[in-house]
Amino acid sequence: MLTHLPVLQVIVPLLAAPLCLLLTRSRLVWVFTLIVSGLAFVISGLLLQQVMATGTIIYELGGWDAPWGIEYRIDQLNALLLLIISGVSTVVLMAAHTSIRKEISPDRHSLFYILYLLSLAGMLGIVATADAFNVFVFLEISSLSAYALIALGKDRRALWASYQYLIMGTIGATFILIGIGLMYQMTGTLNMYDLSQRLPGVENTRTLFTAFSFFIVGVCLKLALFPLHLWLPNAYAYAPSIVTAFFAATATKVAIYLLIRFTFSIFGLSFSFTALPLQLLFVVLGLAGVFVASTSAIYQTNIKHLFAYSSIAQVGYMIIGFSVSTVTGLMATLLHMFNHALMKSALFLALGAVMYRFGSVKINDFHGLGRLMPYTMAAIVVGGISLIGVPLTVGFISKWYLLMALIEKGWWPVAVLILIGSLLAVVYVWRLVEVAYFKPPVAGNEAVKEAPLSFLIPIWLLVSANIYFGIDTRLSIQVAQAAAHSLFGVSP
Amino acid sequence: MSFLSLDTMLQFSIVLPVLATLGIVVAGRHPNLREAVTITTSLVLLYFVSSLYQGYESGETISVQWWELIPGLQVSFKIEALGMMFALIASFLWLITTVYAIGYMRRHNEQNQTRFYSCFAIAIGSVMGIAFAENLFTLFIFYEILTLSTYPLVTHSGTDEARKGGRIYLGILLSTSIAFFLLAIVSTWFVAGTLDFTAGGVFDANVDLTVAGVILVLFIFGIGKASIMPFHRWLPAAMVAPTPVSALLHAVAVVKAGVFTVVKVIVYIFGLDQLQNVSSSDWMLYLSGFTIIVGSIIALRSDNLKRRLAYSTVSQLSYVIMATLMLLPLSVTGAALHILAHAFGKITLFFAAGSIYVASHKTKVSQLNGIGRRMPWTMLAFAVGSLSIIGLPPTIGFISKWYIVLGAMEAQQLFVIAVIISSTLLNASYFLPVIYAAFFKSEDQPVEHGEAPVLMVMALTTTAALTILLFFYSDNALELAQQLLPGNSNGK
Repeated sequence: MLTHLPVLQVIVPLLAAPLCLLLTRSRLVWVFTLIVSGLAFVISGLLLQQVMATGTIIYELGGWDAPWGIEYRIDQLNALLLLIISGVSTVVLMAAHTSIRKEISPDRHSLFYILYLLSLAGMLGIVATADAFNVFVFLEISSLSAYALIALGKDRRALWASYQYLIMGTIGATFILIGIGLMYQMTGTLNMYDLSQRLPGVENTRTLFTAFSFFIVGVCLKLALFPLHLWLPNAYAYAPSIVTAFFAATATKVAIYLLIRFTFSIFGLSFSFTALPLQLLFVVLGLAGVFVASTSAIYQTNIKHLFAYSSIAQVGYMIIGFSVSTVTGLMATLLHMFNHALMKSALFLALGAVMYRFGSVKINDFHGLGRLMPYTMAAIVVGGISLIGVPLTVGFISKWYLLMALIEKGWWPVAVLILIGSLLAVVYVWRLVEVAYFKPPVAGNEAVKEAPLSFLIPIWLLVSANIYFGIDTRLSIQVAQAAAHSLFGVSP
Repeated sequence: MSFLSLDTMLQFSIVLPVLATLGIVVAGRHPNLREAVTITTSLVLLYFVSSLYQGYESGETISVQWWELIPGLQVSFKIEALGMMFALIASFLWLITTVYAIGYMRRHNEQNQTRFYSCFAIAIGSVMGIAFAENLFTLFIFYEILTLSTYPLVTHSGTDEARKGGRIYLGILLSTSIAFFLLAIVSTWFVAGTLDFTAGGVFDANVDLTVAGVILVLFIFGIGKASIMPFHRWLPAAMVAPTPVSALLHAVAVVKAGVFTVVKVIVYIFGLDQLQNVSSSDWMLYLSGFTIIVGSIIALRSDNLKRRLAYSTVSQLSYVIMATLMLLPLSVTGAALHILAHAFGKITLFFAAGSIYVASHKTKVSQLNGIGRRMPWTMLAFAVGSLSIIGLPPTIGFISKWYIVLGAMEAQQLFVIAVIISSTLLNASYFLPVIYAAFFKSEDQPVEHGEAPVLMVMALTTTAALTILLFFYSDNALELAQQLLPGNSNGK
């Protein structure tokens, strides 16, 4: 059984999705989905443990040898990602039953859970597989279910947002497919390990540069790198709250994973960073993303928009860490992927609670929220403080490593700029705090009560994780370090 | 000697105030019980800190390692002379301030007193963390907690004015610490490889002087709590807080945490000898001199009593910075003593200001004619506090100034001597007329009122008496201040 864990990780939610159709009652489907997601979480925990103890796990699907059959390879990097995705998914799902009753009509509840599981399976698949084409297949599974999930949002603009995302996402996926196709044409293999062996042989061909460029642009669309981020704010803002909490923590991370996997493990560091002026490009775009998105966040009146823009800014930090291309830089990116997942899932789930009570998350709804919903608002404050990067929260750990990486590399100006950029987070977080604690509630809102426990428990689980992993950093740092070392070991 | 080991007491002195918040919150509905919790906690804390002092005096090494937050960076504590002095001052004055605050808050029927006492306790816990921190990293953690825990105190009244003041307060303190202080810490770690406070400094002899110079500037500006110009605006802004907060936090705990950190950084991170060659230390010396003069001038022109005291604090804090930056054992001793002297003098003045406000609702200097006859105790204490700030015997302020002047003479720093002379004149001219008016001018519009509540009068008489007593019994303080420079205390 234990040897089959890598495939079970993906197959369990994938097969569970259609089973939801058999269970008609909303509550039953919810419990079932929660159990499946919890199972995936347990599996990813076991996998991580195994990888940290014994190194990379190679699993051949159906017993077929690698170049012919599909291979799953779990190393520290994707084990970490699997843990993030399944963990966030499980905690967020706890609130799903309460949340969707207000946001999705009852006849679509089963559909919601089916799509959710498909999307989960898709993301887990992208991360677990070691086959480039398989990546594309799972990418489509997760994306298509994502478009449908976003369209379920009760605001009519959700349809438009979903359509926007559909167009942009499809362009991204197509680019990725073109990239993979060209690689296949040059090397005759789709297995990632084989690709990494054969690509150096064709290193200086125009086809490979083309393949690389298509792939990078496609992935950057998916990870919402500035200025390819335009699909993200609306998609996050109008999707059902649970979907936003889940995607904000995972979707862009998966794309960043692909970027790291392909540049480090497949194309190799020397090709990736010398063939194109990628380093400069990414630093500039990353910084621009931090400043433009954070500044936009300050002016949003829809708070889901606000934190969506903040997500784009955070992607900027991850990309800057990536472009430093040192062990510390990569560690900073990996840590921030882990840490940011904790912050944003907590924040968006708390917004879900506000949505549950108010039916919207406008800045007006936050007037007096500190008194109306003290626990929810306190969660938002802690999440925001973590986003700012105050010590004893996870945000501080990522910031420390990113600064360290930049200073090691000698990029002082960038270090100064990201610090100034992070001050913008203080502004948009504190804007909320001031409104919530210093303004009286808007007329008609005075009777609003605290969110139900089914919200507060998962929210505070995530908030506690923000603090716990900001204090006990052994897990996150060890895994990130091992992953970064192994990536640099493979292609020095 | 005691049933608790010294190491345990060290930990408890940080944890206990934080734990006390639980008791304060639980007892929230019963004011007497709640205040009893606060008083008991401050008594126990004072007992712990004075036992630690005895242990330290008897030559024991008291240190505690908590855990490794980031590989190589421990959260750990160790008792050292300056920290010992700071902890003694803060824990003693917390007790006095609590007595005073009970009188003040009750007479005023302030809202949210439970929150007030809770945040106060957390702030004191973080001050203990700062005082006992063994390395800069630990110090930074508690520095940030102190900023955040005092925000609700500054904005206590919840009015628009409080919100604005809080915005400036948090904005400046958080921004400087993120943008400069953190950068300075990471750079120090990168250059020196350690953040431990080490006698003689952590940089080795061949460190690039320009880099060291830049890091020094980052530190001085980054430690916004030391309130050097142009980052001083938060201090007058914080005056919207209730007077007990202004008294303990913005005359003692928070601002002293700032200059304390500056002294620690200069003595234990750079080392006095190392800094002799760094040219930016001269510029910082001039800047602190500038702050002293300009701060005093603004104080002179302020009619609002608390604002006058706040600018006086800005200027007095720079005395500590300037004295330390003269880089001589004598002047550093003076700096350490000035932390003590200013603490007792200024808290007395603030207590008096609060007591005037409670008894007569007067906030302006120009309203104080003849008030000395109605509130003799308060105004006598005010006079004693003023003498100490001006630096006249028989108050402790004289002793600290004496050492700073001796240092300046030894260093032949004409600039410093000129600054001290003019600032003393300015101090005299913004304090003496107040005292003169209070006792010798007649009232403009007689309003019947007597002294403030007895608890408040007790508190301010105690601190005033100690300001004088410390002049006669300064041996212990002097000894501690000289131990700051082991092996260096016999001059150069």
